[in-house]
Amino acid sequence: MNWASWLLWGFAATVVLTTISAATQGLGLTRMNLPYMLGTIFTPDRDQAKLYGFAVHVVAGWVFSLVYVAIFEALGAAGWWRGVIVGVVHALFVLVVVMGLMPGLHPRMASEQHGPEAQTMLEPPGFMALHYGVQTPLAILISHVLFGAILGAFYQLK
Amino acid sequence: MIIYLVVLSHREQVPKIEDYGVIGDCRSAALVSRFGSIDWLCWPRFDSPSIFAAILDRDKEKGGYWSISPTGECKFQRAYVPDSNVLETTFIRLDGRATLTDLMPVASEAFKHENLTPDHELVRQITCTDGEIEIEAVFHPRPNYGADAVKICSNGWGLRMEVGRGAYWLRSSIPLELADDASGARVTVRLKRGDAAQFSLTYSEESPTVLPALGKPTREAIDRSVIWWQQWAAGSKYQGPYREAVTRSALALKLLAYAPSGAVLAAATTSLPERVGDSLNWDYRYCWLRDASLTIRSLVGLGYMEEARSFLSWLLHATRLTQPELRILYTVFGQIAPHERQVKQLRGYLDSSPVRMGNGARHQLQLDVYGEVIEASAQYVEKRGRFDRVTQRVLIGLGKYIATNWDQPDEGIWEPRSGRENNTYSRLLCWTALDRLLALDQKGLLKGVPRESFMRERERIRAQIESRAWNEKIQSYVSALDGDGVDAALLRIPWYGLEEAGSDRMKKTYRKICEQLGAGDGLLYRYYRNPSEGAFGICGFWAVEHLALGGGTLDEAHGLFARLLKYANDLGLFAEEIDPERGTALGNFPQAFTHVGLISAALTLEEKDRGKAHPAVHTGADVRSEEGAKA
Repeated sequence: MNWASWLLWGFAATVVLTTISAATQGLGLTRMNLPYMLGTIFTPDRDQAKLYGFAVHVVAGWVFSLVYVAIFEALGAAGWWRGVIVGVVHALFVLVVVMGLMPGLHPRMASEQHGPEAQTMLEPPGFMALHYGVQTPLAILISHVLFGAILGAFYQLK
Repeated sequence: MIIYLVVLSHREQVPKIEDYGVIGDCRSAALVSRFGSIDWLCWPRFDSPSIFAAILDRDKEKGGYWSISPTGECKFQRAYVPDSNVLETTFIRLDGRATLTDLMPVASEAFKHENLTPDHELVRQITCTDGEIEIEAVFHPRPNYGADAVKICSNGWGLRMEVGRGAYWLRSSIPLELADDASGARVTVRLKRGDAAQFSLTYSEESPTVLPALGKPTREAIDRSVIWWQQWAAGSKYQGPYREAVTRSALALKLLAYAPSGAVLAAATTSLPERVGDSLNWDYRYCWLRDASLTIRSLVGLGYMEEARSFLSWLLHATRLTQPELRILYTVFGQIAPHERQVKQLRGYLDSSPVRMGNGARHQLQLDVYGEVIEASAQYVEKRGRFDRVTQRVLIGLGKYIATNWDQPDEGIWEPRSGRENNTYSRLLCWTALDRLLALDQKGLLKGVPRESFMRERERIRAQIESRAWNEKIQSYVSALDGDGVDAALLRIPWYGLEEAGSDRMKKTYRKICEQLGAGDGLLYRYYRNPSEGAFGICGFWAVEHLALGGGTLDEAHGLFARLLKYANDLGLFAEEIDPERGTALGNFPQAFTHVGLISAALTLEEKDRGKAHPAVHTGADVRSEEGAKA
């Protein structure tokens, strides 16, 4: 395991992923905002949540990149296209599994069974986060594919 | 409590719109007819395809229904359990009497965390309270607006059918007999005093389905639901007159609020006609931003701050994908409403075709919605807190859009499909948008407001309204700039604070509106149309507010309000419109817009009775009313 290479490219890939996520939101592709969703686990304040969430997201991205690196090491080879494949699997996992679990994991997120009590909560993402916009799966896929491609292309095997 | 009594051969009767009551759980709703038949239900969401849609075809078999009623002729009484959305229908015969209780069970989130509850459930319980009575239950589902047939399987647990991604279970304390083709089931049973039969219909898209126990647990679920609703109703801070009507309207509004996102729907139904036998039939199971300020006014005024906060959060953040432009309607999750299409297999309510799904107005330009959203935000923040930076940016972004785009034709509040005009009401709400943003800026609640630009455009809008929306010849404000027609939305000019209600111009405008749009007994058409549709429910309540704000006397306003209340059905529910000749309901039902109009008018009457200033004085900076001048 090349720790230095992981630290560098794991961080770089996370920065790109975060930037693309923000860009897809800004361009109106999706309302999904992972840093905000993560931050509201800790605080309901929208401004603070984004700040906390950004920090958590960067750390989480770094940790997740460890899984990519472990897969490259296990395969004995990296390369951008291997990164893309892992990125696609990662994106599908986030969309299908993690988003489905979010209402149960997140203390400030409503489920689709919520009600009639009114509480200001984050709306549930729905299947493949489609409640946040029909192009959300595409936005998630693009950001994770690039995340994987960067790691695959630049990570140096030991 | 209002009780309706009627003797009918109910099996031959086609229920009218006002013959329905509504039950729900803030995620979906069902319509129950006076005769004990559920003729409208969409699961899992309000805007999902129906499982019962008999209301949309004279032939009940086509749309699907679920009836529980006596086998012979009888009298019917019905009422909600006080301050709840639990409906009770009593069947009265010479030899017996039975009460049917209909509800979608509700419970606190804390209870749901500790107990397994179905994703979606509708409970029906019939209890013989006197003598003996023969009851027939007919379960006849027709999914997807009657397009699909079902194959029902029976096993030891009840009846099961799979539809699309989900499974329905019907469980009952008395076994139902399957039809030969397994497309429905029925049972006839004779109940003696004290006997009860229970039915539980559940729906789930996640397996395994939760199957609630019948018997005592179902009775407990009914009690729990009644208590939940009554506690919610008791949370109202309203102290004024007409409390029963205001509470029923609040309960109806609450039913139309989609709890998982905070959105508030326009109505629970699609395609109930504005003119019977005609094609003015639209799908209202979406959220119209047009209703925003009155909805917030109602929720805040009654003290339901959490509902107001959820709705405002939805308004400002669920609509992000189209901002700074706003569409006129969205789904409950902030997506653009689906394309309009016609449902060919249903002939429509009393042959009022077509039946429509989706809404073709989804791409219309309606500039008034910006003012609605900003006014709603101003009303909320007046009572509670501050805006975070993201919300401030959103509001200022909307203001900038209006400052640039206000001077153009749009479809306007009534969404005609005949093209765009320079609508006065749209200009009024553009003025309101900028006025409220400037007021918020002055109060230190917004940072980064381009004051000079907003003030300049606000004055330009005012000048345009005062010069081009006033018609000297007919001595009235008019619905479109340089036009000569009036519409009832002009009565909102004082409410938003552009001009006081007692001004010469507004008094003349009110007279002109009554003269041209009066439908008798205080009812108003929204605009001139030939042939006419029904009188528009909310417009009468706007007239009440106009009178109360100085356009007339408080006594006149109270008198008009009391007259309008007579047009609710026996349960206190309003549709979108009222047939002025027959006094019957027209349009989708129950209609949030009419109910928020009722609540807002009642709040205004209460405020004026107590000598309080009207809302625009608090939220706006440029109010010319007497109270505003004092403020």
